[in-house]
Amino acid sequence: MNRFLILADGTVFKGKAFGADTETIGELVFTTGMSGYQETITDQSYNGQIINFTAPMIGNYGIAKKFNESEKPTAKGVLAREITEVVGNYQSEQTLDAYLKEEGIPGIYDIDTRAITLKIRNAGDMKAVIVNSPDADLVKQMPEWNLDKEQLKDSFRYKVEVFEAIGKHVVLLDFGFKQSIVRHLNTRGLKVTCVPGNYSFEQIKELRPEGILLSNGPGNPQDHEDVLETIRELQKNYPVFGICMGHQLLSLANGADTFKMKFGHRGFNHPVRHLDTGKIYFTSQNHGYAVRKESLENTDLEITQIEINDETVEGVQHKKYQSFSVQYHPDATPGPHDSDFMFDHFLELLINK
Amino acid sequence: MPKRTDIKKIMVIGSGPIIIGQAAEFDYSGTQACLALREEGYEVVLINSNPATIMTDKHIADKVYIEPITLDFVKRVLVKEHPDAIIPTLGGQTGLNMAVELDASGILNQLDIEILGTRLESINQAEDREEFKKLMAKLGEPTPASLTAHTYKEAEDFTQEVGFPVIIRPAFTMGGTGGGIAHNIEELNTIVKRGLKASPATEVLIEQSIFGYKEIEFEVMRDANDSTLAVCNMENFDPVGVHTGDSIVFSPIQTLTDAEVQMMRDASLRIIRALKIEGGCNVQLAIDTKTSNYVVIEVNPRVSRSSALASKATGYPIAKFAAKIAVGMDMDEIKNSITNKTYAQFEPALDYVVCKIPRWPFDKFSKADRTIGTQMKATGEVMALGRNIEESIQKAVRSLEIEQDDLLMDVLKERNIEELKAYVTVPKDDRLFYLAELIRREVQLEEIQELTKINVFYLAKMRNIIEFENVLRTETLNADIVLKAKKLGYSDKTIGNLSGQSEATIRQFRKQEELTPIYKIVDTCAGEFEAETPYFYSTYETENESKQESDKSIIILGSGPIRIGQGIEFDYSTVHSIKAIQELGYKAIVVNNNPETVSTDFSVADKLYFEPLTLEDVLNICDVEKPMGVIVQFGGQTSINLAEDLEKNGVNILGTTVEDINRAEDRDSFDKIIKKLKIPQPQGGTATSFEEAKKIAAKIGYPVLIRPSYVLGGRAMEILKHEGELEQYMTEAVHVSRNRPVLIDQYLTGRECEVDALSDGTDVLIPGIMDHIERSGVHSGDSMAVYPSQNISDNVKEQIIVTTNLLAKELNCVGIMNIQFVIFDDKAYVIEVNPRSSRTVPFLSKVTGIYMARIATKLIMGENFDTLGLTPGIAPESKLVHVKNPTFSFSKLNEVDSVLGPEMKSTGEVMGTGIDYTEALYKAFEASKQPIEDSGNVLITVNDADKEEALELARRFKEVGYRVLGTRGTAEYFNNRGVKTRAVPKVGQTEEDIIYYITHNKVQILVNTMGNNRDHTSDGYIIRQNAIQSSVPLYTSLDTADAILRVLERRFISVNPI
Ligand SMILES: Nc1ncnc2c1ncn2[C@@H]1O[C@H](COP(=O)(O)OP(=O)(O)O)[C@@H](O)[C@H]1O
Ligand SMILES: Nc1ncnc2c1ncn2[C@@H]1O[C@H](COP(=O)(O)OP(=O)(O)O)[C@@H](O)[C@H]1O
Ligand SMILES: [Mg+2]
Ligand SMILES: [Mg+2]
Repeated sequence: MNRFLILADGTVFKGKAFGADTETIGELVFTTGMSGYQETITDQSYNGQIINFTAPMIGNYGIAKKFNESEKPTAKGVLAREITEVVGNYQSEQTLDAYLKEEGIPGIYDIDTRAITLKIRNAGDMKAVIVNSPDADLVKQMPEWNLDKEQLKDSFRYKVEVFEAIGKHVVLLDFGFKQSIVRHLNTRGLKVTCVPGNYSFEQIKELRPEGILLSNGPGNPQDHEDVLETIRELQKNYPVFGICMGHQLLSLANGADTFKMKFGHRGFNHPVRHLDTGKIYFTSQNHGYAVRKESLENTDLEITQIEINDETVEGVQHKKYQSFSVQYHPDATPGPHDSDFMFDHFLELLINK
Repeated sequence: MPKRTDIKKIMVIGSGPIIIGQAAEFDYSGTQACLALREEGYEVVLINSNPATIMTDKHIADKVYIEPITLDFVKRVLVKEHPDAIIPTLGGQTGLNMAVELDASGILNQLDIEILGTRLESINQAEDREEFKKLMAKLGEPTPASLTAHTYKEAEDFTQEVGFPVIIRPAFTMGGTGGGIAHNIEELNTIVKRGLKASPATEVLIEQSIFGYKEIEFEVMRDANDSTLAVCNMENFDPVGVHTGDSIVFSPIQTLTDAEVQMMRDASLRIIRALKIEGGCNVQLAIDTKTSNYVVIEVNPRVSRSSALASKATGYPIAKFAAKIAVGMDMDEIKNSITNKTYAQFEPALDYVVCKIPRWPFDKFSKADRTIGTQMKATGEVMALGRNIEESIQKAVRSLEIEQDDLLMDVLKERNIEELKAYVTVPKDDRLFYLAELIRREVQLEEIQELTKINVFYLAKMRNIIEFENVLRTETLNADIVLKAKKLGYSDKTIGNLSGQSEATIRQFRKQEELTPIYKIVDTCAGEFEAETPYFYSTYETENESKQESDKSIIILGSGPIRIGQGIEFDYSTVHSIKAIQELGYKAIVVNNNPETVSTDFSVADKLYFEPLTLEDVLNICDVEKPMGVIVQFGGQTSINLAEDLEKNGVNILGTTVEDINRAEDRDSFDKIIKKLKIPQPQGGTATSFEEAKKIAAKIGYPVLIRPSYVLGGRAMEILKHEGELEQYMTEAVHVSRNRPVLIDQYLTGRECEVDALSDGTDVLIPGIMDHIERSGVHSGDSMAVYPSQNISDNVKEQIIVTTNLLAKELNCVGIMNIQFVIFDDKAYVIEVNPRSSRTVPFLSKVTGIYMARIATKLIMGENFDTLGLTPGIAPESKLVHVKNPTFSFSKLNEVDSVLGPEMKSTGEVMGTGIDYTEALYKAFEASKQPIEDSGNVLITVNDADKEEALELARRFKEVGYRVLGTRGTAEYFNNRGVKTRAVPKVGQTEEDIIYYITHNKVQILVNTMGNNRDHTSDGYIIRQNAIQSSVPLYTSLDTADAILRVLERRFISVNPI
């Protein structure tokens, strides 16, 4: 069956249908990672987005539950040059196609994903629809559609979950967190309690945390105005570690500003320089917003890391408090593990406190 | 850190002659590196014995030494040049080993020369199997259970413990020389002993087998700041047990989860860090596909074949960056010349699939053992890019030029399923086509996977291709079907074959339906950044990124994969042609499919199309580029063979016209020309049956030279001495028929020589005459040769010049051509004319200073000798003498007879330059790593016809202090004539037979002219095989022995009692 991707500027791409038989609307983004499609699709940061994979073939090693980054993916659609039916890995439990059907996510394959990528690179991330016919109703709704706060709430778990371990206790503020963050904390012996992102300082304090993790998540950080005060309180009392959205929130809480990037960073090959050592590490990235560099000037935050190609702010450190954050995913999954020592750094802060 | 300023002069060590396992890829990386160092302002001194390389062109380094890469000679260059540092990591295993030797000799310390790139300790840690295992254990990286053995006994004890099979690998060798898998005690015995001998350290590693795991490679980089990255990862289609050089490879990894990929990336980075390499490194790993457990197989602390492949696969120039890192630069200080937006500190993201298929020499060596295992046998490889596996695999197959346009191998139709299954169980060069046939017979993919350990994922992709064969066979073609076929990588030709139409009809249909390929850029970043890389591949999709380059562009066709007979020399010419086009102000566009070469470095031409060299693929490019014309004279037989069809399709072929090319290539019309010009030519005829052949042979007289007319490059060519051999040949070696005749020629024994001639259509320039050292009957590519000629009379020279002029004019040659002669009774007979650039072009260009491919290109583009400031005629001869010595890879190819004959067998060449002939000879032998002992035993075993001549040689060997041994007949003959010779028992006659002598270091030189090519039971064959396995210098031509003697005689210092 044919299926169409129609962009906000009217461009039409034709391909073939896979995944769920539904039509969808979302923000079109591309990711350049060459492996880890399952981790990507189940990453809540892709809430509301149609993911264009530049890797030409996905589904090669199937889908296995253990690689889920969250239980219920909220991405809006998947675009691939080609999908694979016969998978080549013993761990696979089902095909990508079957999985997307189950999760209600539509996809298009046999579509020129490189042409789409170049389009976004030149025009920026834009709205798009996946439809079965070029004159579907959804196409007309595009101008009004916006990735609203309501929809982002699908990414939050709204519950307190405890991931036991024998060591120190970390409270993770959920903005749509990836499971691998918890895994990284757990493997370092840290007990993790995940709580809704809008928990108050008092509520958090009651849990007797020894450190705070601000998670990743979808959407515009400025929509989380309500948590900034809590973060300010938290950093006075505990070591705070922000990841991705968490990094943007920590920056906002300390008076910096954020902006929407033209087409974001999504992929595994963004080199990040640590300004103290000059060393460079490859990072797994997935963000459409970033911290405005100049806005950090008169704050208590200092830049610790930057992306070497476009100088995006990749890490900040509070001058007075033991709070720090990174724009990328040190938890990787998918992507390179080069920066997982950031978790060790966090662990040290907790131990030395 | 910025580049070092305390270093000014750097010596780069090249990789020497091309042999299996160490090939053109080192020309590519070496050239890149030298240029990169010069770009940074360093003075570069290069040493490399291989004249066929771009790297040894004068302008690549400040000083180029084409000298033997031996301790003696490298030392001489060091002493003369006093460089501040050397870089040993660009010249393959040869370069690394040389660095180790230099260090041990103390010279580096003496002259304060620093080793850049990889420290000596690291080389040792990576290369010495025991040290390597220790390091891995320290890092916690798993490796298979193993033992380093210095004796056979140790090896046997270990094997008793871990059980068969075991892998045996000699230390400090490349391409697995002397290694193998032992399944039983006999095999263990042979392989271990052979391996101990092959290893410079008399050391082999015995290792538990991990056959069947999935083999993975990572190309990683590190700089002095300890930043690391993985440029590329690759997945082998064939499981562990097949050498990566012999395996079909895909990039990036397809069938592993992110967790598995990252786990191995982590390991690779840990390893390069531990080795403190400043530059590039290759890590080979294996993963158990049932548990995700991995082991590390080996590490190459240098640029490698795989790094060349990775560079072409990703667009990331590893060698260039490695050179800059070696002089102290950090990766974030080196701009990526592709994007100009990113830095060397970048991990490429691919939005296409790369398929590499090795090219094996078994089309030539039909008797060879075709199984592939832990020891590499391929001479070259092709690479193809596509947007899916199907497309890239099909493009790669048709790039191979093995008379196999697709996955359909007709002869397999007659095999039954059981035969096919049995065949695929043991890896062989053509297994891919057997797999395809099994899939065609609908054998379950899981079963095939079970038999071969090839992942079902790939088998299913093959099935996608194969299932479509039926659609093409049965359904009426429409645009939809053809588009589908195209997306599966089908060529017009195959679509035509399957649907019963001509290739031309399909092409026409496609064009009418506007089903044309589009071209995408290889940009290292999957489109994330704007890139101006002029590097393209085709696919069938919507957006085309390649626009016509210019209305003044020229397309130059490359020579495809490296194979015996068409080697790096043709890439050399291609590169020069590109440069000439650019010098004239045109845009040069190159089409080629060989990832190892300089011509496919995207910074060489104005535009690179990485595509198969078939009519369809080239025409498609012409459609986009609308070039002024196409140059076919430099890509060997590959490009020449495309000329006619291209022209028929309206493409303008530049230089010598297609009609004239055909007149030179077609036997009948060529005979007419020869007759008309009254040029001497061996008598000959064409036969389509044994009866006919008999008649022709009787008429011209034995011995005759015979060959099938339908194969290229002297394949299956033999000298037959009598009718019995003719009968055997006609029944066993070839299938003759009406349209597949054999050609029979009078065999003239004489000197052989050849010339390359340049012509502007009016005048002719002959840069030099190559004088062959072995007499005719040894293929020109396999014989030693000398320039200026040493043995050709002025009279004959004059004949050669006159004939060359006549032929060039008659064939209206514009550009370059090559003519081969046999001198018989003082007359120059023409045996072959090639209307194109030849194997001798780089050698002659270097020694005469007349850069032929460059000049020829300019002539093709309409310049003439006048405008180029050149004088036609024969160029004055050089004062220095230059000897070309071919190199062979017999130790890698079991069951290939090493006897030299009219069929080419060598894989590479070296050059020796001296103030006189003998000095040049000496260097040529040294450079090809055939050091000649000053004294010892020479074993001579020759057939009757050679005995008289051999007697003289035996006498001379005695004079210089050698003891002469001979087999019974030879010994008797010599003894009877006053040359005392010790008779050695025949094969199998006693315990201490001739083989015992050869394998027990009792023979220092072996001269053997017994038996023919086809009889693998003959003593001659068995003797030669043993000599090769035991690395005893072997000469199968008396002329080579004479050359050796000249060197020995010169070196001989007499001692006399008073
Ligand atoms: N333990 C093993 N068991 C089975 N096959 C092996 C083992 N180790 C290596 N091999 C195979 O042998 C090939 C050559 O071995 P390698 O150590 O890479 O030597 P080389 O220096 O020739 O590349 C590998 O590519 C792999 O397929
Ligand atoms: N008529 C002949 N007499 C003697 N030797 C010959 C004759 N023809 C060819 N040869 C030998 O065979 C070799 C290969 O023949 P050639 O015609 O040049 O084929 P190729 O296409 O392989 O170069 C020559 O280099 C020469 O040594
Ligand atoms: Mg290897
Ligand atoms: Mg020839």
